[in-house]
Amino acid sequence: MSWEFIGKYMPMYQRAAVLTLKIGIIGIAFAILVGLMSALVLYYKVPVIKRIIKMYIELSRNTPLLVQLFFIYYGFPKIGIRLDAEICGVVGLAFLGGSYMAEAFRSGLESIDKIQEESALSLGMTRFQVMRYIIFPQAIATSVPAFMANVIFLLKETSVFSSISLMDLMFTAKDLIGLYYKTTESLFMLVMFYLIILLPVSLLGSLLERRLRYAGFGN
Amino acid sequence: MLDLGIDVLFKGTNFLRLLGGLWVAMRISLISIALSIPLGLLTGVLMTSKSKIIRFIFRVYLEMIRIMPQLVLLFLVYFGTTRALGWNLSGEMASIIVFVLWGTAEMGDLVRGSLISVPKHQYESSEALGMTKGQTYLYIILPQTVRRLLPLSINLITRMIKTTSLVLMIGVVEMLKVAQQIIEANRMTSQNAAFGVFLVVFILYFLVCWPFSRLAGFLEKKWQG
Repeated sequence: MSWEFIGKYMPMYQRAAVLTLKIGIIGIAFAILVGLMSALVLYYKVPVIKRIIKMYIELSRNTPLLVQLFFIYYGFPKIGIRLDAEICGVVGLAFLGGSYMAEAFRSGLESIDKIQEESALSLGMTRFQVMRYIIFPQAIATSVPAFMANVIFLLKETSVFSSISLMDLMFTAKDLIGLYYKTTESLFMLVMFYLIILLPVSLLGSLLERRLRYAGFGN
Repeated sequence: MLDLGIDVLFKGTNFLRLLGGLWVAMRISLISIALSIPLGLLTGVLMTSKSKIIRFIFRVYLEMIRIMPQLVLLFLVYFGTTRALGWNLSGEMASIIVFVLWGTAEMGDLVRGSLISVPKHQYESSEALGMTKGQTYLYIILPQTVRRLLPLSINLITRMIKTTSLVLMIGVVEMLKVAQQIIEANRMTSQNAAFGVFLVVFILYFLVCWPFSRLAGFLEKKWQG
């Protein structure tokens, strides 16, 4: 192990980690948005749109992110949609993550007993108020474990971005192995940087899960 | 009409080659699943062991495998073992090793989860009836866990099939690689091949995974409660 080499190429990994994080965070934010909207559509059983959402969820959950990215990055330009690699990454992550988030939120929404909605309605709340003050807060709490698992899953999935020529951690590691044949050092830094990104999220996840179990929310 | 470039697949043996690539990916996942399920069952039982040390060791193993992206694991085994141990693994061998390690960990955790979901009095009652540990597991615990376990393990299978798309990155010629080759070879005659071919790859992956996830969903609903 050459520490000199590690010190020299540390900034390269830092830049790559920042890129991974940046696309990861933006992509996950969009995935949450897509997931929330899809879950609400499914919850309220909006006709027609519900069908489309269900089809989207099946399509997105049953295909690998790598294939989705290839399709978006190499396929779409042929029908006139040309996207920047970073935007492709965000779109891919939002497309994949949206369905996973939708499932997490949907099961949270469905876990709330019907009687709560009925009681709130009988108190004279509007449908929006029922969602805003009664169902949503409880549903979010219930879906936190699934939500955190999805966040970790999506952050891990960002590792395939190197295939659409984004200079992320994988790309950097492969580059350095190819250029200098410093396999041990490159892989060591790769693992370290992924740990720096993923460990805190994973710890936060288990912390939240433990906290929420105590809350109980009337169950 | 817009030229989607799907016609490339009907030239010569292109479509068969693509299916051959799919088979390579399927072969890797089938071998890995076949090995992961028995190993995972064993790991899961050991994870509920009374010994703290054994539980700790398997916990560390599970968390270590889980926190790393599968692609990183592939890189570690494919490039790492060459350097550190002097092995010369083929890409396919390296991916099977990674998928078995990963599948065993995930499967073990599923087994552990379903084992602890069996109420404690079931263990105690069978012990009181004079059953040995082996008998308890074989006749009392396993039949009850299977219902919970089966849908979850079918989901794990689809996850594994989807993850095999990554082996492209360590140089295994699977479906995506074949798709790239076909697109490259027809660059001049069919410029829009990238759209059509990757669309077909997308659909093929969907067609393979979808029946599994439907089956898992169906079993889950059927055995609820």
